[in-house]
Amino acid sequence: MPLSLYLNVAVVGILTGLVYGLMALGLSVIFGVVRVVNFAHGEMMTIAMYIAVTLFAAFHLDPLLMLVPIAAVMFAFGYLLQKGLINRFVTRPEHTQFLLLIAIAIIIVNVLLIVFGPDAKTVQVAYAFDSFQIGPLIVDATKAYAGLASIVVASGLFAFFRFTTIGTAIRACADNYTGALVVGLDVKHLYALTFGIGAACVGAAGVMLLLIVDVTPSLGPSYTLLAFVIVITGGLGSMPGALVGGVLIGLTEAMAGLLFTPSAKSMFSFAILVLVLLLRPQGIMGKRAA
Amino acid sequence: MIARLTDGLSGRALALLALLFAAALVAPLFAGDYLLTVLILIFYFAYTGQAWNIMMGFCGQLSLGHALYVGLGAYTAAGLFVHYGIGPWLGLLVAAPLAGLAGAFVGYLAFRFRVGGVYFAILTIAVAEFARVGFDHLAWVNGSSGLFLPVKRYSGNDLWLLRGQPVMFYYILLAATVAALIGCRALLTSRIGYFWLAIREDEEAARAAGIDTFRYKMLAVVISAAMTSFAGVIYAFYYNNLFPEQVFHISRSIEIILGPFVGGVGTLFGPILGAAVLTGLAETLTSTLAAIGVDIPGAKQVFYGVCLLAVIVGAPEGIWPWLAQRLGLKGRGS
Repeated sequence: MPLSLYLNVAVVGILTGLVYGLMALGLSVIFGVVRVVNFAHGEMMTIAMYIAVTLFAAFHLDPLLMLVPIAAVMFAFGYLLQKGLINRFVTRPEHTQFLLLIAIAIIIVNVLLIVFGPDAKTVQVAYAFDSFQIGPLIVDATKAYAGLASIVVASGLFAFFRFTTIGTAIRACADNYTGALVVGLDVKHLYALTFGIGAACVGAAGVMLLLIVDVTPSLGPSYTLLAFVIVITGGLGSMPGALVGGVLIGLTEAMAGLLFTPSAKSMFSFAILVLVLLLRPQGIMGKRAA
Repeated sequence: MIARLTDGLSGRALALLALLFAAALVAPLFAGDYLLTVLILIFYFAYTGQAWNIMMGFCGQLSLGHALYVGLGAYTAAGLFVHYGIGPWLGLLVAAPLAGLAGAFVGYLAFRFRVGGVYFAILTIAVAEFARVGFDHLAWVNGSSGLFLPVKRYSGNDLWLLRGQPVMFYYILLAATVAALIGCRALLTSRIGYFWLAIREDEEAARAAGIDTFRYKMLAVVISAAMTSFAGVIYAFYYNNLFPEQVFHISRSIEIILGPFVGGVGTLFGPILGAAVLTGLAETLTSTLAAIGVDIPGAKQVFYGVCLLAVIVGAPEGIWPWLAQRLGLKGRGS
């Protein structure tokens, strides 16, 4: 096979991986701050995807244009979920929290199934078959837009946590829960904001992913797992780690699809997960637990 | 041995158990075809829930990938039967050690490197998913096109080859559930059981007290996995068709843990009660919907989700501890 083929596949893998990274970023932010593992992450993503599909079908609205409004809706969803339900569980045992989110995940998957049916849905945008030629590389426009948009959203998020007061306050909650309470931070509100931000991230990622894959209700659980594989690979709770993990997994999947068979690609992500758990359980960018 | 098993159980509890058992024994005489399949499902989930409970309820290790052991059991026994004509009971002799080995692999990966909590749960899902994709590409079991057991109309029941009518599977699963209940009670009142509970409550303290926590956690995973594989063998011979996409799917793993969680994790009767309540209610819902001419795929699962949510919010200990108190059956390990 010619080298340019490998390069092309690698670029596709990296661009898809950036979207994966954004999705995992949401999970990582939620875990890093609220310390709750969002087992409904992929399911929340499918909600955003179905909103985009519905808007496209009804009003022919381009998913990329709807990115911000849909992310806002997902933010509200996440905020209310944390405020109304999950906040009560933050001090409960870990497995109770898992079960809570698994219950939410089951409900989301099957409500989507009842409403939209089991068939794959997609959007046919005008630029679906456009591509850019850069030297020997041919890059699909959809994947290029999705990858670039992921970088923009992720950068915005980094800036938010770095430079705004609320971002700093949220980081304070993550670093020291009791300390944050002592200095008078409204931790419950900040937790809800964080869950909202995580939901908005995965919502944005879902809208972009819609340009690359079709959506079915059963997509949720596999993407929840993918998000976990990515954040554990990158380092649970580490924001740059989520992006690095996303790109690594995206690249692995693309290469495995090329060299073996596309349907077996997830086996390679799991192999990476097992390797990481064996060799560096804290993840590539994670800090070693005390 | 028998004294140890019944020790601490009130006469009332024993009488109730005997009554339930007697009712289960005669149930097929009165149950129609549909009710019988529901009862089979209930005992299937009661048994798998009991097996899962050893890991989570007794030893505190949350497995979200028990479909792996069901699948290994099902595929091993079915594969041996289809290819070599080896009967399911001999197949079980291969399947159970194989599932135990898979459990040991998961346990070794996790416990050797102190992978705990959420990491452990994810690892169990990941290994099950790995198996799902792997079996999808395994030619020996026809990959994703599915493995089918030869079926014909059976007049009698061949217990040795598990070829027969649903009522046979009902009694096998009933026997398995009773055996699992007694076995778990025996484990729980043994030295191993006390070590498990110590690990569940406080692993550091257990280690400080001199318990080899690695060894006992491994033991819990291996026993649980091997037990679960038997349910897989029955699954294969009851349904006669296997698809990796269905058998290993994560929702199978979740279904297994629903019963124990609703009934009460760590209790002996919880998994049975949970399976009966959940499956019973869900089937009632499905048949009611069918009776009024509505067919909503997914309605049953939404119902499961809502039940789980209600239990977590309202009765996080499960319904059995609450019910046991109402019935005046309070006692350790009942």
